[in-house]
Amino acid sequence: MNGVYALMEKLLPFSFLQYTFMKNALLAIVLITPVFGMLGTMAVDNKMAFFSDALGHSALTGVAIGVILGMQDQMIPMLVFGALWAVLITFVKQHSRMSADTIISVFSSASIALGLVILSRGGAFAKYSSLLVGDVLSVTEKDLPLLLCTLVVVFTCWCFLFNPLLLTSVNASLARSRGIQTKLTEYGFTVLVALCVMISIRWVGVMLINSLLILPAAASRNLAKNAKGYLWTSVLIAFVCGISGLILSYYLNTSAGAAIVLLCTFVYFVTLPFRRK
Amino acid sequence: MRGQAKPVPVPSPVASAEMSACRLCRIEVDHLSVRRDGQMLIQDVNLHIHCGELTALIGTNGAGKTTLLRALLHQIEFKGDIRHLTGEGLPAATVRTGYVPQQLEFDHSSPVSVLDFLAAALSKRPVFLGVSARTRQQAHNALLRTHSEHLADRPLGALSGGELQRVLLALALTPQPDLLILDEPVSGMDENGLESFYQTVNELKRRNHMAILLVSHDLDVVRRYADRVVLMQGTVIEQGTPERVFASEAFEKVFYSREGRK
Repeated sequence: MNGVYALMEKLLPFSFLQYTFMKNALLAIVLITPVFGMLGTMAVDNKMAFFSDALGHSALTGVAIGVILGMQDQMIPMLVFGALWAVLITFVKQHSRMSADTIISVFSSASIALGLVILSRGGAFAKYSSLLVGDVLSVTEKDLPLLLCTLVVVFTCWCFLFNPLLLTSVNASLARSRGIQTKLTEYGFTVLVALCVMISIRWVGVMLINSLLILPAAASRNLAKNAKGYLWTSVLIAFVCGISGLILSYYLNTSAGAAIVLLCTFVYFVTLPFRRK
Repeated sequence: MRGQAKPVPVPSPVASAEMSACRLCRIEVDHLSVRRDGQMLIQDVNLHIHCGELTALIGTNGAGKTTLLRALLHQIEFKGDIRHLTGEGLPAATVRTGYVPQQLEFDHSSPVSVLDFLAAALSKRPVFLGVSARTRQQAHNALLRTHSEHLADRPLGALSGGELQRVLLALALTPQPDLLILDEPVSGMDENGLESFYQTVNELKRRNHMAILLVSHDLDVVRRYADRVVLMQGTVIEQGTPERVFASEAFEKVFYSREGRK
C-alpha cells in the first residue's frame, strides 16, 4: 500500500494529496465510480431508478440488523440483507400484477421505517446519521481491497449479464424465445446492484447513492449513439465527476458525495442539448 | 422447446391424411389447455402447423391467440401435447423457433443501435466491448434477408414501425428457424410497409420451407397470404383454407354479428 501512496505522490504532486485520507478517498473513487457507471446503464434502460433508490434506503435496515446482532462491522449483515431484499422485491414484482412503482414504494418505506425504528431506539440515531450523507473521506486502507474486489466482480458479472439485460430491456418475451433466462438475469442484476449499494453506502450515503447510479448513465444517454459508447461514456462521466468532485470538495470544504452528484447533474444538463431528437 | 418432442401415438385417420400432405415437418398441437388464476384461457386446442405453409390465427381480442403462441414458445404452463414431427412422423430432434413479438414497449431513447441489438442476441461477447467482425457480418447477413441492411447503425428506438418489424424478423430468422411465429407483426405499419413485409415473409416461406404461424387482425392480409386459417374463440372453432374459414358460419358469427352491433 505504501508503494501505491509513493507512486501517487510522484505522479500527482498536488497539495490535497499530501493527506493519506485524501489518497484513500481518491483511490476509492477511482475504484467505485466505474462500477456505478456500468450498472447505471442497465438500471436506466430497465427503468429501475426507483428500485435502486429503494435498495439504498434498505441499507438502514441492514445496519440496524447488524446493531441488533451486536456486530462491530455491519458490512456482512448489510450485504446479506441487501441481497435478500433485492431478491424479495424482484420476486414480488414478478409474481404480482400490482404496478412495480407501488411494490417498490411499499418495500422502500418499510425498510426505512424499520431501520429508523431500530436505530433510533433510546435516541441513538445521531450515531448513525452519517449513513444518510456518507463520507468518502472516511475510507481507510483496509476498505480498498474490498472496493477493488467489487470492481473486478462487477466487471466480470457484467460481461455475462449485459447482453441478456439489453435484450430483456427491449422485449422480455423475445429474449426468452432466444433462450435467455430473463428472470434469473433480473435476479442477478438486482443482487449485484444491491451489493454495490451496500458496499459503498457508508461513503456515498443513503440520500445520494441513487444519483451516483442513475446520473452518469442518464447523461451518457444524451451523447451515446450505441451500446458501447453508452457504457464507456457513463463510466467516464462517473469517473471524471468523481475525481473532480472530490478535489472540489477539498477546496470548498464541503461534502464530497454531494459535490460529485452535483457535477454529474451539471454534466447531465450540459449534454442535454446534444440529445438525439 | 428443445427435446420436448414426445413419441408419436398411432396416428388417427385424419392425421395420416395430413401427414402425406407435408413431407418435411409439422407441429401438432393436441388437446392443449392453458389455465391461469383458475380461469381457462384456452381449452382443448387441436391443430397442425405445416412447414412451407403460412397458418394464420384469427379471432377477436381475448380469443386466446397470444396465449396459444406463448404455449408454443413454452413461456407458459399448459396441459396437452405439442409435438414437432419430421416428414416421417418421427419426433424432430431440435426445433428452432423464431419469434417476432407484437408490440415493443421499450425505451425508445436508449442508445442501442440495431447492430448492438442483433449482436447481443447473436453473440456471447458483451456488446460494450465492441462487436466482432464476424458478428457484424452475421448481423449484416440477417438484415439482408429482410432488406434492411441499411438500418444497422441506426438507433433501435428511432426506427419506424415497419423498419423495426423488419429488424425483428431478421433476428427471428437467424439462425434459420423451423417455426416462425409472427404476433400481429404489422401494427403501426403503413400500407406500403405492410405489403412489402408480407412479400418478404412469402418469399421466405417459399424459399426456406419453414412453418409460419401468424396472428393477425387484418383479415385482408390473412385472405391474401395465408395457406391455412385457424379461427379461435377460447378453442379452435374453425380451421381450413382461407376460403373455407371465411365462408363458415363460425366466422360469420365471430366477426360480423359483433361488427354489426358496433
